[in-house]
Parts: sequence; structure tokens; C-alpha cells
Amino acid sequence: MQIEVIVNQKKITLAVDNDEFLADTLRSYGMLSIRKGCDTTCCGLCTVWIEGKPTLSCAMLSFRVNGKHITTIEGVQKEAEKFAEILVAEGAEQCGFCSPGFIMTVLAMKNELNNPTEEEIVHYLTGNLCRCTGYLGQLRAVKKYLEVL
Amino acid sequence: MYRLPWSASSCQKVFGGTIAMRIVGKGIAKIDGMSIATGKPVYTEDLAMVNSLVIKILRSPHAFARISSIDTAVAEKIEGVECILTYKDVPHQRFTLAGQSYPEPSPYDRLILEQIVRYVGDEVAIIAAVDERTALKAMALIKVKYELFEPVLDFEKAIGHTSIVHSEDDLHCNFDIGMNKEMNIVSSHNVEVGDIDGELKKCNVVVEETFYTQANAHAMMETYRASSYLDHMGRLVVISSTQIPFHVRRQLAKALQIPASKIRVIKPRIGGGFGGKQTSAVEIFTAIVTLKTGKPSILVYGRTETFSCTTSRHAMRLTVRLGADKKGYIKVVDIQGLSDTGAYGEHASTVFSVVGDKTLPLYNKTAAVRFMGNVVYTNKMPAGAFRGYGATQGAFALESAVNILAEKLAIDPVELRLKNLIREGETCLTYKGNLLGSSSLHRCIEKGKDLINWNAKYPVQEVGHNKVRAVGMAVTMQGSGIAGIDTASAEIRLNDDGNFTLLIGSTDMGTGSDTILAQMAAEVLEIPMEKIIVNAADTDISPYDPGSYASSTTYVTGMAVVQAAEDLKRQIIESGGKFLELSTEEVVFDGQTIKMIEGDKSVKLEKLAEFLVLGSGKHQLVGNATYGSPVSPPPFIAGFAEVEIDKETGKVDLLDYVAVVDCGTVINPNLARIQVEGGIVQGIGMAMYEEVKYGEKGNLLTNTFMQYKIPCRKDIGNVRVSFEESFEATGPFGAKSIGEVVINTPAPAIAHAVYNAVKVRVTALPITPEKVFMEIQKVNRTGESQ
Amino acid sequence: MFTLLNLVQPDTIEEAYNLLTEKRNNIIIGGCGFLRMSSRRISTAVDLSRLSLNYITEQNDYIEIGATTTFRDIETNPILNQYYNGIVPKSLSNIIGVQFRNIVMVGASVYSKYGFSDLLTALLVLDTEVELYKTGRISLKKFLSNSYEKDILTRIFIKKNNSKAVFYYLRNSASDYSILNVAVSRFNNQWKIAVGARPQRATIAQKASESLSEIEMSNGNIEDIATIASKEVIFGTNMRGTANYREAICKVLVKKAIMEVLQCK
Repeated sequence: MQIEVIVNQKKITLAVDNDEFLADTLRSYGMLSIRKGCDTTCCGLCTVWIEGKPTLSCAMLSFRVNGKHITTIEGVQKEAEKFAEILVAEGAEQCGFCSPGFIMTVLAMKNELNNPTEEEIVHYLTGNLCRCTGYLGQLRAVKKYLEVL
Repeated sequence: MYRLPWSASSCQKVFGGTIAMRIVGKGIAKIDGMSIATGKPVYTEDLAMVNSLVIKILRSPHAFARISSIDTAVAEKIEGVECILTYKDVPHQRFTLAGQSYPEPSPYDRLILEQIVRYVGDEVAIIAAVDERTALKAMALIKVKYELFEPVLDFEKAIGHTSIVHSEDDLHCNFDIGMNKEMNIVSSHNVEVGDIDGELKKCNVVVEETFYTQANAHAMMETYRASSYLDHMGRLVVISSTQIPFHVRRQLAKALQIPASKIRVIKPRIGGGFGGKQTSAVEIFTAIVTLKTGKPSILVYGRTETFSCTTSRHAMRLTVRLGADKKGYIKVVDIQGLSDTGAYGEHASTVFSVVGDKTLPLYNKTAAVRFMGNVVYTNKMPAGAFRGYGATQGAFALESAVNILAEKLAIDPVELRLKNLIREGETCLTYKGNLLGSSSLHRCIEKGKDLINWNAKYPVQEVGHNKVRAVGMAVTMQGSGIAGIDTASAEIRLNDDGNFTLLIGSTDMGTGSDTILAQMAAEVLEIPMEKIIVNAADTDISPYDPGSYASSTTYVTGMAVVQAAEDLKRQIIESGGKFLELSTEEVVFDGQTIKMIEGDKSVKLEKLAEFLVLGSGKHQLVGNATYGSPVSPPPFIAGFAEVEIDKETGKVDLLDYVAVVDCGTVINPNLARIQVEGGIVQGIGMAMYEEVKYGEKGNLLTNTFMQYKIPCRKDIGNVRVSFEESFEATGPFGAKSIGEVVINTPAPAIAHAVYNAVKVRVTALPITPEKVFMEIQKVNRTGESQ
Repeated sequence: MFTLLNLVQPDTIEEAYNLLTEKRNNIIIGGCGFLRMSSRRISTAVDLSRLSLNYITEQNDYIEIGATTTFRDIETNPILNQYYNGIVPKSLSNIIGVQFRNIVMVGASVYSKYGFSDLLTALLVLDTEVELYKTGRISLKKFLSNSYEKDILTRIFIKKNNSKAVFYYLRNSASDYSILNVAVSRFNNQWKIAVGARPQRATIAQKASESLSEIEMSNGNIEDIATIASKEVIFGTNMRGTANYREAICKVLVKKAIMEVLQCK
């Protein structure tokens, strides 16, 4: 089937199978920042925004986003770089495989929450797993980023 | 007499006083940091050729069986299927997939595909098709009949089991690792110094306890994947998420029976490894498909496949006996072990020997020490290399036993350690007269003790509402590279424009090794980092490197980089001198200019480079070095844990963790800190959350993130990291290593804290609320500790 | 990998129901979290997105939740945070992560009657009804304890009142399923105690609830009630815990929850 979606503010038409998930559709389209880190909706690596809300693209059937706005990190590079600079200055990107999904969640949090406490930050980011950093460097970077804003 | 491997002019940091370094010791951002953080397509799957054949693997549903028939006729007819390979279609040449230096201490017990399958998930057929859907469709149409054997599933019952996991005649060992395959023994060890039983009799206090650790999963975020294609010369190119490109090249050559010169292995950016990618998993399949079809191919393992069809940590049973005199000196350390290597023995022998290597030296007031035992085959997913590599298991057992001893002796566990641990310049029974180089372990313990506020908190405090808080501790050592074996080369070239290219074979898996090696080269040459192009991990281009494992990159590859940079610096000075018509002694190089010491003559580096490369100098300068160390200087960590336990439910909350680290000179404080935090959190996972469970038929039940719980953000309390630098004279700028040692302390430290809190001794990981709760009930009922 | 032959997005609930009941392996798709992990062969998947069921509204007597409302919308909803001490949002705010909760739909989740569900336990101690297209509006309790023909869950109703309610769970890792969960509510001296993730699905501890509504509050009595609850409810053993442990924890959590409800304003 054909779907019409607005990916990173560009309206496009994509051919998708009935049982195709958005993560695969986006990767085929060229959004290679989308990664699949698990088979069970647990890791958050595939996080994109659908109508601005952070969502697992691995569990979203592509036909369902017909007519919707999808944002990947490729579409918010400037803002992503602003946070990424702080993350990288901490050394907290490490292997980087979880970073795009993580950053999309951080930026969504920045849009959604006003002056979050540490507990609220950790709660919002819980769905993004990381095996390299132990999470603390990421938290330091997020706090610095929110201060700078 | 051991000569220091580097020049005095590079040895800029003197222990006890410092000459400030410009770049080494600074928290410089990784050179690839921004790209990988913002999702650039620089990983294996992103780099695969368009239209690569997609490979899927048909796997055995049985733990131990022979394929009595396999029929791929119908499957092969599906449109879009390019090839289907079974055991009948592959070379019958056994090999090992171990990332180890040749000749590997690993049994050659693998075939690409074999008629015998040895664990649930073992490969049965390779299917290559135009897309995933077609490959899966074809896979479902392959008809296989199996003759079932009784599997060996319990490693404690493996020795002498009626089923023999590997009975093949052509199983080959490069040298004797103590294999007795008819008994399912892959390897045996016995390291013994002194008279164990005799010395134990003299001891006032003896403790004995048995500990169990699990086949933990690496759970690196990027699963295993590789892609292959044939290049313009018909050579096989493999792009792989691997830690060991050179070893992969050798393995492929052997398994496919083609010359290594026809193979190129490239490691791009990769998403973590932790030792998992030190055993090859997928490259052999893409390679054989590309060779058979002539077409590019790709294989990406899903998470479930990664959990159940690659490698894990070695599950072990370790029985520790400690004997002490009445003054509290530990006189005997005896560790007897049984290790489960699963269906194939890549790292069986070496992981097991590291258990003893990184435990026996710690307590050096001993009169007798021993580490002995066996490694067995079972019909489960193979174990392999995993951060810590035996030292982790050993640390859990030994440190838990030392904590038991402290209680029995009524000596504070911190004091017991300060009294008994080896110090810088001392020897121990297994060092055979050699002395320990650098160590600040005692300072680490004192500092950690302060940071956690040990004196106020040890052993336990009631905090009301049925909750108690307690502290525990553990220490550990690891190594830096494999002494006498790990050998790395580095090249650094002065380019026509005055910039430099650093060629290395080590494998940055997010750790930042590409960056810190550039830091070292920049420090030696006195140039800014921006002038160095780092090109790494391509077997066609890189000088040889075993790859990043055994905590070798900073220490071994680092020293090769330092020596190569020093070599180039000498050549720059010599060529610059010649250019200025002066002798080498009359000039200096400050990173920018070669100038006359007494006088005005000088030449800028760019000008000299141009002259040498393009002009009449006709001499492009390349510094190179090959380095391997005869020693493996241990990094040390003292770890302290504070827990709060709800006595009513057994739930353990980790409130605080302090780790004080001796890794020698810290090359990059930011990256080092993250290594420690990341390793501690992995250790916390191993201690409290990650549990491996098998079904009755040998199928792994905990094969997803839904069932196997690596720590999430909320599972971590406070983790505080501090460094107590020592200066390792044999290491670049005084550095040792940090990559593995970081995972070893949490399990024993947390177990100790739990015991201090509720008198429950958990000896089989993980420490779960149910285990704690059930033991508390027992303690309450019997009125005394178990 | 699952396969899906047809996809439909009907405009009316009647159409949806007819499509659903046409074939045995026609299904309603909710958040697709579990679907993704399955290898089901689905004939027609019916998506309810066009039925405007994504809402939470406060009516005169009820809070009404449409079936395609996400867990995240429930979590952040001011009305649900205001009533019943916020038990409904609290019961699901710890599940995996926000990007997961932005996908999971409440109708599909409740309809599936999952054993591990935290939400069901919380809903069970409130005056909750579900509306199924064919079967009609029935209490959640009835829905959970009986089998019904294939149907579509369209709306959830929670009676508005000043119930005090508390939800407790025990998990090892914070991102894991509960080893056990417990909810307790009190309305006009009527108490309800529910236990879920036993690992079986949530159920009311009937005897304990009734006894609690009759007795005078004291520490000793509350302990007894908690014991009754832990004895009357059936527990099982799975990878996350044994029946014995769950029984012991039930007692602890029920007691804690009752004590906390007593403190509630």
C-alpha cells in the first residue's frame, strides 16, 4: 500500500507492506539513524517523534502513520548537535549506538517538561537502555543541557 | 634487567612530581563522537552494499542431535532464493572462532556447518535470498529430520556423562590444554605453589565456601552483523562489527581454505563488544555466501539470536578455601573450579586460567596457593570472552570468601585487606620472584573507605520501617594485555601537507581508543590532535594488532604508537637537520618547526614535509614500531557498596557505590570515568538483575531484554568514581589499563553489604529479592545465620 | 515475523465488528507491541484509529476512557491524576518507557486480560465497567472472570467518587514486569483489595475485602486481613518468582497498602 507521510517536514509517498513497521520503512527511506536494538520493544533505540511525541518506531505499523508528521534525528540536526556537543564533551556517547534514540527522547523531554527535577528526567528517559555508559554521564550531560537553555 | 620501552624525553611525568602534559591527561572529546552521537550512517549495516543478499540461518531446535536428513529442494525453488547451504556444502576443515593470537590455545572444534548439532540454536542451514521475507519463507520450507541424543545440560554432571559432546576424531588442539574430550573435559589447570594441606593444618581459622556465577550476556546495543562483497580484484571483503579483524581474516582463510591475502576485513564504527565480538559469529556465513554466489551479502543478528546463538560469560562453580593465622595473615588460598564452556571451546582454557592469574597474586602473605580445576563441554550456547574474562568470576568467589574470613577473625574487612594485599615492589608465590610494578591499591582502599563513610556505616544500621542499611567491599586486579603474547604494531606517516596519518589495528568499540592513541602520538610529536588522521582496523592497511581485548589497547598498542611516534620524531629531526645542513645534535623539533639550537636557521614542518615527499628530499618519513610486553601490569580497583534492604520483601536498593581506581596514568579522564561507570553498572547487573534461565530441553529462556534485565536508568543509585594514579614505568606515559577491571567489584561488594545487612550470604548470583527474603526467613526461624 | 494479509480502518464500530467476526484469524490491532514479537498469521487486521476513541472525558457520574487512548495519555491526564489519589496513572507510569507508553492502547491492553498487567489491578479496586460492542456494558470484574465471544472493547467507565486508593508493586529491575502487584481502595467504608501478576491476572481478594469493611482498624486486625488475602488468592510460580514468595509478599503489600489508604486524604 501507499502511504503519504511528512518525514522531517518533507512530504513523501512510500510503498509499504501491510505488516511493515515504521523502523524498517524509515531505514529503507534512508533514515539510517534508526536502529533496532531488540525484538521486544524494550530498548528505545528506534525512538522517533510522531506528531512530536516520542514513539517506538519498531512497534508502529507504517500504515498507521499515513498523513502524520514523523521526525527523526536527521530532521532536528541543529538541536541534536547542541545537546550532542555536551554529551560528547562528557565522553558519554561511547559506542553511540543508543545515542540517536536517546537524543530524540531528550529533545522530546525538553519540549514536554518544564524545569524537570532529576527524578523526572530519569523517569522520562527510562525507556532508553544503554550498556556502555552506566547512564550517569548521560544524566550529567542532560542536566548541563537544561541549564544552558 | 628490564629496559624501559620508551625514551626519557617521552617520559614526561615523573612519579611524585609532574611536568604538565599538553594532551595526555586531558578529557578530550572523541574524534568520532559527534558523528556517532547524531546518528550518522557509519556502522556495519549502513555500509553494506545496496542489494546485498540477505542471509538467514536455520537453527537446531535440539540441544544435541545428528541431522539424519535435510531436504532443501522445495526451498531452493522459491523465487529470489540465491543459495541454501547445508553441512554437505561446506569444507570439512575444523577451525576455531576464537579471537586469540595464533597458535590459539583453543580447540579447533568447529565446522561452518556440521551434521552434528550441539546446542539449541546451532546452525543447520544458511539461506541467502534477495530480501528477508523471501529468506524466511524459504527457511520454513527446509525439511530436517534429527536423530536425538541425550544432551549434557548440567555442567556439574558433564564429566563422565554418557553423552560426549565432541567425539570427532579430527578435533585439533594446537598444544596441550589438558583436553580429555571423552570425559567432556576441554581443559584442565593446576597451578600450585607450596603445600596446601600442610599449611592449612597450621592455620587457626579456615573458611570454605562454594560460589556460582552465571553465563551472563554482553547485551551490547549493536547486535552481531557483517556484510561481504568481492572487490575489483575478486578479493573477499568483509565489513564486520568485530573486535578482531586480523583474527577474523585468519579464521576465514582457514575455514574457507583460501589464502589470507585474498581476504580483507574492515571494522567500521561498532556499537559495543565487551568481549562478545572477540569470538566471530557471522562473518563466516556472509563470506561463504559471497564466495559461492559472487554477490554481496549481509547478515544481521536480531537480539534473540544475539542472546542465544553467539557467546556468553563462562558460568562457573568456584570453591574457595582460605586459611589464616591468629594474627590475621592469610596463609593459604585454594580455589577449585569448574567452568562451563558450552558447545564449543574458543576461550575455555584461557578464561579459566585467568581466574587463578588474577586472584592468587592479591594476598601475598601466603605460604601456599592453588588454583585448579576443569572446563567442560555442555550442550548449551558456547561461552566466550566477556569483560573480566575469568577475573570477574574469581573476584566474586575470592572476595566473598575474604569477607567471610574477616567476620570469622573478627577483623574489619578493610583492615584485613590492608594487612594482606600485595604492595608495589613486592612479590607473591605465583610471580616466581618477579616484583609487582605500580600499585596504589592501598591508597584506593583508604580513599574509598572515606568516601563511603565506612567507619560510621560498617557493618549495619537500622533505619526504621523494617529497613536496614549496610556497607560491603571488595578489591580486584586485572591485567594489561597478555604478557609475552599480545603484539601490536603502529605506523605514523608524515604527509605532504605536514599532517600525519596514524595507522593502527586496534578496534575502538566506543571506548575511544582511536582518540587516546592519537592523544599519545600528539603528545610525543608535540602537535595538535587536529593534525592527525587516524585510520584503524582495516587488515589491508593497518599494521597488525590482535584487536581490542585483554585490556591491551592503551598499554600495548599505546606503547607501539609512542615508539612509532618517537621513531618519526627522530627521523624528522634528522631530516630537518640535513635540510638545514646541520647535524642531528644541533637541532630541535617543537611540533611546528625544526630549528637550530644555537643560531637562526629553521624550517617549518610543512616546508620540510613538502621537500621530503614532493621535492628533492625524496624520502617520505614513516615511523613504525612493534611492541609486546613481557609483563601485564595489573590495574586495581577498590569497590564499596551501600545497600538498603526491606526485610519484609527482601528488596535490595543499591544506594551508593564508590569505586577508586588505579589504572596508572589516566590518559583521558572523561573517557576513563565513563569506562568505570559503565563497568560498575554492568557489574551491578550481574550482581542483582541479570539471571540466565534454561528450559528443560536446553533452550535459553532468558533470550530477550524482556526476560534478561540489564540495568535500566532507575536501577542505579549513586556511583562515585575516583582515581588514585600510580605510575607504571612499562606503560605509555605511566598508563596501565581500565577496560575490564571495572566490572569485577560490584558482585562481591554488594553480596557483602547484603550479608552485613541481614546476615544472608548469597553465594549464587544474582542476588534477587526472593533469595534474600527466603534466607531471611530461614535465619529468623533457626535464629542463627546459615 | 508475523504476516498480515489485509488491513482495514473502518469508519464505524459496526463495520469494525463485522470485519472482526468474519474470520477466525481476524483481529483488532491495538498498540502492536506484542504483535511485533509474534509469528501469527493474521487474515484481516482491524484498526480502530478512525473511530475517535482516543479521549478521556469527565462526565457527570463517570470518567470515560476511549479504547485507543494511550497509556501515556492516561499517565499525564489531569482528571485521572486528580481522582482516586492518582492510582490509575500511578499503576502504569513505570511500564518500560514513555515511547512505549505512547504506543500501548488501553482498550487492547484491558481486553487482553494480561496476567502481568498493573493497570487491571488498579482498575479492579475502582468501580470500573467496560463496554464491549456486542456484549454491552459490564463490570470489569465480570469481564475478567468470564469468557466472552470475540468482541471489541470500546470504552472504559470509572465511577466518579472520592475513593481513596493505593497501588503497590514489587519489581526487581524497575523496567521489569511486577513480581506481584496489589491495589487497595476504600469508599464509604467499603474496602476492595485486588492482587495481580500472581502471575495470573488481577483478582479481588473477596473475603479479605469484606472482612476489612466490617472490622475495627488496628494493627493486629490489618495484619489478619492481609493474611486472609494472601491465603485466599491463588499464586503460581514462573521465571519471576515462586508461589510461596508471592504469597508472602502479598501479605506485606496488602498491609502496606491498607495502612497507606488510611492515611489518604
